[in-house]
Amino acid sequence: MMIPACRLADLPRGEAFRLDADPPVSVFHTDDGEVFAIDDTCTHQDASLADGWLEGCEVECPLHASKFDLRTGAVDSPPAKLPVRTHEVVVEDGMIYVRLSTEAPNLPPCISARLAGGPA
Amino acid sequence: MRTVAVVGASLAGLSAARSLRKQGFDGRLVVIGDEPHRPYDRPPLSKEFLSGTLGEAELALEAEGEDLAAEWLLGARATGLDHTARSVRLAHGPEVRADGFVIATGAVARALPGSAGLAGVHTLRTLDDARALRDELAGGGRLVVIGGGFIGAEVASTAYALGLDVTVVEAAPTPLAGPLGATMGAVVSGLHTDHGVRLLCGVGVKGLSGERRVDAVLLEDGRSVPADIVVVGVGALPCVEWLEGSGIVLDNGVKCGADGRTSLAGVVAVGDCANWYDPRAGHHRRVEHWTGARERPEAAVATLLAGGAVEPGVPRPPYFWSDQYGVRIQFAGHAAEADSITVEAGAADDRDVLAVYRRDGRPVAVLGMNQPRLFMRARKQLAAGTS
Ligand SMILES: Cc1cc2nc3c(=O)[nH]c(=O)nc-3n(C[C@H](O)[C@H](O)[C@H](O)COP(=O)(O)OP(=O)(O)OC[C@H]3O[C@@H](n4cnc5c(N)ncnc54)[C@H](O)[C@@H]3O)c2cc1C
Ligand code: FES
Repeated sequence: MMIPACRLADLPRGEAFRLDADPPVSVFHTDDGEVFAIDDTCTHQDASLADGWLEGCEVECPLHASKFDLRTGAVDSPPAKLPVRTHEVVVEDGMIYVRLSTEAPNLPPCISARLAGGPA
Repeated sequence: MRTVAVVGASLAGLSAARSLRKQGFDGRLVVIGDEPHRPYDRPPLSKEFLSGTLGEAELALEAEGEDLAAEWLLGARATGLDHTARSVRLAHGPEVRADGFVIATGAVARALPGSAGLAGVHTLRTLDDARALRDELAGGGRLVVIGGGFIGAEVASTAYALGLDVTVVEAAPTPLAGPLGATMGAVVSGLHTDHGVRLLCGVGVKGLSGERRVDAVLLEDGRSVPADIVVVGVGALPCVEWLEGSGIVLDNGVKCGADGRTSLAGVVAVGDCANWYDPRAGHHRRVEHWTGARERPEAAVATLLAGGAVEPGVPRPPYFWSDQYGVRIQFAGHAAEADSITVEAGAADDRDVLAVYRRDGRPVAVLGMNQPRLFMRARKQLAAGTS
């Protein structure tokens, strides 16, 4: 599925935009001017990676500092152990579109439990 | 260096083993740990694991299929370090000879004198402790937490969510005044009373009452607080008694340089047991937080592999987090150095706040409650030494 995120001009370099998909996706505009989209929720716990620290092509989770590679979704070190999904980004007429991945997301256990109706 | 022995098989020990391989050490690697378990994560023990949202498998620190080509000696307690023979003695089994040693034995929960053998009294440091406490909390009842520090507060919060009747007893006038300073300590510990958890401050504990099982906590002012379960959260002591007589300098843990080197050549120490020199502050500091135990082994291992010939970097300011009553608390830096605190976003009363601690106008610490984004930025500025 292709969804419009925001205008490229509205997303300064070094910033992130959280897209209200299910599960949420974040779009990053790097200092080098590239645009990437990954799942917004850290695979360790319930934290928004759009709140994280962007450096080069990596975002550091705001809670426990695992770093995710925006190009591959790979995580560098614990506590997170699983990668995040990456999504395809298309920029057309100044508008950023995200084509959602069809893979299963790696949601943290607390969120998976909540979705499954377990204890919150 | 042909063989390295890592003593302590938890976060700091595992991080050291990983750093050794990452930095090119391809010799024999022996990891010694006295718990029977593979390395697991402790922070969830007072939070999601205790509440039942996270299972044991999810506590594992190693990634699936991760193989460091190490020999794991689990259930093996180190009882001594012989620096001349270059070996670690074990309580059971042959000694382990090595050229390099990483000390990562962490800390143990401090007990309340006179509470041994009384059923219903718990401390919380290990997986086994957490299992026992979780099983007991499942029965409900009145919980008294002795100590209003982070572990005590998290246990109180988790137990409150499980429906127990909770009281927290704290000897100091304000909980968390040590790590956060009195003002913000009061704000954060206000979370207890916000939720109807009783907070008794400024009164010490005289002892516990009960025959075989605890039935009350006796306070120094003569009061008695009825209890079905008691959790003692009064701090932790570095596990270094096994190093006595080894010649290594001990002072509130293993005394280390800014790069993890100890007083013995070829021996470094990391994590909760290590009292590292802090070049910013000009004195030693033992930091008992997850992030330090995860990050510092990299520097210590570089020191070990280089035979001590590396320039120590300046460590990032210590950082920790805590989750209580659904509020995310994050803190970095050193509160004790501050001469002023300003609220930069949100409001303390709403428990939604970013506060910056300064000395002579220069930031020395930052506290966030439910402000991960702003906190992250403030923490980076702190580490970079700018405001
Ligand atoms: C319940 C709980 C909640 C926490 N929550 C947070 C949090 O929210 N945020 C945060 O920043 N930090 C938190 N921490 C702190 C964090 O977990 C510690 O800083 C971290 O575990 C330190 O790692 P370590 O490897 O140095 O020590 P430890 O994790 O204590 O590991 C040391 C290991 O060495 C073993 N050992 C000890 N003596 C010997 C011996 N003689 N021979 C062999 N093995 C030995 C021990 O059994 C243990 O397995 C929490 C800690 C606890 C207990
Ligand atoms: S929530 Fe992201 S590393 Fe823990």
